[in-house]
Amino acid sequence: MCCAGCQAVAETIAGNGLIAYYNSRSAYAERLEADAAHAELSFYDRPEVQRDFVQYSSNGESCETTLMLEGITCAACVWLNERHLSQLPGLQAAEINYTTHRARVQWDPRILALSQILHAVQEIGYRAYPSSKAVAEEVRKRENRTALWRLFVAGFGMMQVMMYAVPAYLADDGTMSVDIAQLMRMASLVLTVPVIFYSAAPFFQGAWRDIRLRRLGMDVPVALGIGLSFAASVYATIEALGEVYFDSISMFVFFLLCGRYLEMRARQNAAARLEYLDRALPLAAHRLLNYPDGRDTEEVPAVALAAGDFVLVRPGEVVPGDGVVVAGETETDESLLTGESRPVAKRVGMEVVAGAVNRLGPTTVRVERVGEATRASHIRRLTERAASQRPRLVELTDRIAAWFIAIVLILAAGTALYWMNVEPGRALWIAVAVLVVTCPCALSLATPTALAVTIGSLARRGVVATRGHAVEALSHVTHVVFDKTGTLTEGRMSLAEIQLIGGADRAGVLSIAIGLEQASEHPIARALLAVTSEEMGKVSLAPMVDDLCYVAGAGVEGRIDGVRYRIGNETFVAAVAGPASAGYWIDGATPVWLGSEHGWLALFTFTDALRSDAASVIGALRAEGKQLLILSGDEVGAVAKVAGSLDIADYAGGLSPEDKHARVKGLQGQGAIVAMVGDGVNDAPVLAQAQLSIAMGSGAILSQAQSDLVLLSGQLGGLLDALHTSRRTMAIVRQNLAWAIAYNVVALPLAMAGYVTPWMAGIGMAASSLLVVLNALRLTRDRIREGHRDERSQARGNRREARGVRRNARNAPARSSAPSRL
Amino acid sequence: MDILYLLIPLSLVLVFLIGLVFWWSLGSGQFDDLEGPAHRILQDDDAPPTQR
Repeated sequence: MCCAGCQAVAETIAGNGLIAYYNSRSAYAERLEADAAHAELSFYDRPEVQRDFVQYSSNGESCETTLMLEGITCAACVWLNERHLSQLPGLQAAEINYTTHRARVQWDPRILALSQILHAVQEIGYRAYPSSKAVAEEVRKRENRTALWRLFVAGFGMMQVMMYAVPAYLADDGTMSVDIAQLMRMASLVLTVPVIFYSAAPFFQGAWRDIRLRRLGMDVPVALGIGLSFAASVYATIEALGEVYFDSISMFVFFLLCGRYLEMRARQNAAARLEYLDRALPLAAHRLLNYPDGRDTEEVPAVALAAGDFVLVRPGEVVPGDGVVVAGETETDESLLTGESRPVAKRVGMEVVAGAVNRLGPTTVRVERVGEATRASHIRRLTERAASQRPRLVELTDRIAAWFIAIVLILAAGTALYWMNVEPGRALWIAVAVLVVTCPCALSLATPTALAVTIGSLARRGVVATRGHAVEALSHVTHVVFDKTGTLTEGRMSLAEIQLIGGADRAGVLSIAIGLEQASEHPIARALLAVTSEEMGKVSLAPMVDDLCYVAGAGVEGRIDGVRYRIGNETFVAAVAGPASAGYWIDGATPVWLGSEHGWLALFTFTDALRSDAASVIGALRAEGKQLLILSGDEVGAVAKVAGSLDIADYAGGLSPEDKHARVKGLQGQGAIVAMVGDGVNDAPVLAQAQLSIAMGSGAILSQAQSDLVLLSGQLGGLLDALHTSRRTMAIVRQNLAWAIAYNVVALPLAMAGYVTPWMAGIGMAASSLLVVLNALRLTRDRIREGHRDERSQARGNRREARGVRRNARNAPARSSAPSRL
Repeated sequence: MDILYLLIPLSLVLVFLIGLVFWWSLGSGQFDDLEGPAHRILQDDDAPPTQR
């Protein structure tokens, strides 16, 4: 025994008659982190917290939840936990899955509280968390299982039916007695029934839904084909005359389900790409009780955090909410959000985002946004919107598919009528072949799959498509218009110089300036705040500002102690401060003026470095024949400097949002398809005007919500990446459409001429739809290859994290009262 | 050949039986945890509580 904690745990185990644990365990228990034993658990008893993950029975006598167990190292742990829990009064069931480390517990809420269960687990040295995500996972698993089961039934049925069908194909006339043949048919019928009514049920449901909504989906001809041929085969079996096609039907259903299953998996994978953002958020957080006076932490679920709370984030842990570092210095890995696996250095005053992994030192964070308000959630919602919107392309293909299906139905009816007169015995089967052989899948199936896969793979690399049409529009872009600040340049303005005008004093000027700019997201405001907080520390308490008013593209106005101040460009400030006096030195830097009703106060000059990859991206875009422009609200000299260094001939500065809007509209009038890459509030109107709007991830939330693509990594390289991916996607969509047209043009006449039997039609259609879906999935394969690289770097990161945690644990034991190495 | 009259229905019954058994085992979670039960059989549940 190394400490009192170990002894307490050992006594609990022995005192409950669970000593067998020590005999049968095959691995030591994990060492707990220092504060785990003190964790505050009563929180989990609140109904509003439980709502997310506890299911109540109707009579209120029992409720059930799934817990994630930490510290399970061997089968003896499972036994120990199960036995220990079952001794609690009011516990109805506890089952632990050794493979997934999930515990399903069921208890009587009138006798037992959830926190007591969690406490009981903690008593013996393990940790349990309620897991709300487990419910959603369970649902998806069940869906998956149902789909697989349908596939299994169809495949199994197909093989068996084939066994009964083969003799009939092989037997010469007269070698098989009529009775045996009839028996075989009956057997085939019996086996086809579950295939039709269970496996093929989704097709019938889909067709019925389509008909009720008065539209034509691809389920309609499929259901019609299956239904007709089944009914005809049943009739032929009962009447004991004519051909039966049970083998073709079950095979057809099986192949079709294969295609559907693959497509479903592809879509689920794409959806999982989006969900990882949610899963990245931790369940629990260490809240500092009365920071900065005390350092005591309590463990609370992340959902219980509120803006303004202080949390301690240890190395290896995940930041629970968006916030600002208030103590400590570290590096965070934000690759989940940005796709950028290099760690980002964080110092006091810098923002951290929820979902980032703390890699170096313990850090105290003041939480500003939690739960649904975090960047991670925001991104997920935007991406979900993109995935749920039907892009124009898909709508178009859907409309074409509907016409196509209508034509097929008419042709099938016509074919049936024609053959009725020529050879009545074959009419039905030829009509069925026509219905079945045509394949609108490339239209209504493969295009959305390709787009969904692309959206998912882009999100993974830190490029978030927020609208469905983004991928298609991106591949057609002819003109790329850049904003300057925060787009081509870092957007981190640094203050070059403060030139005081008149008798103003430096500290006073700075304090007025941050008062005006403190709530602004503009890069210049950020730079000003950074400088002042460095220079004057926290004492530079911003003065109270009344009537704060932002004028987009000009500046900010406010009233301090009754005096009206303006900060912003020259004309804006001159409107209150009177005509400007000349002779101030600017030279390509961005000037910001400060003035009041009583006159001019100061001139701040800012410079802004180019992004490191700006030159290479611009070069690559130009090599691809895109027209490049810079439209900026900044002063012309500064814009010219940037344009010059990037060799962009077409630029304009000093533009108001309306000017930019008009210019983009002008370009569009000449037939250009414009992608606007921008950042900040200034750009919102022009972002809306461009066919495709792209925002840099560091920009204000407003412009993100209005733009079609967000480059989260803050690297322009993402733009090139997205451009290439979109072009590949569209190429695959075109290939699929070309194949679909070619296939149908060849197959339809053959079927109408009677050369295609239903089983051939089944294979043809299934193969065709498999082909287009697999072709669309090629996009995933490329992603996997790139994903490998990511995962490897991530694995490296995880190992580093693990080391960090261990190091931390070694430094901490003096305070530790937790059990170790029992 | 008469045996076919018995064998074909029998094969049908078998197909359904196999399907049913598989369905039941899948549904009852037998494939969810493939490791735990092997250890569980070895553990005693009847050790008396030790006195402190």
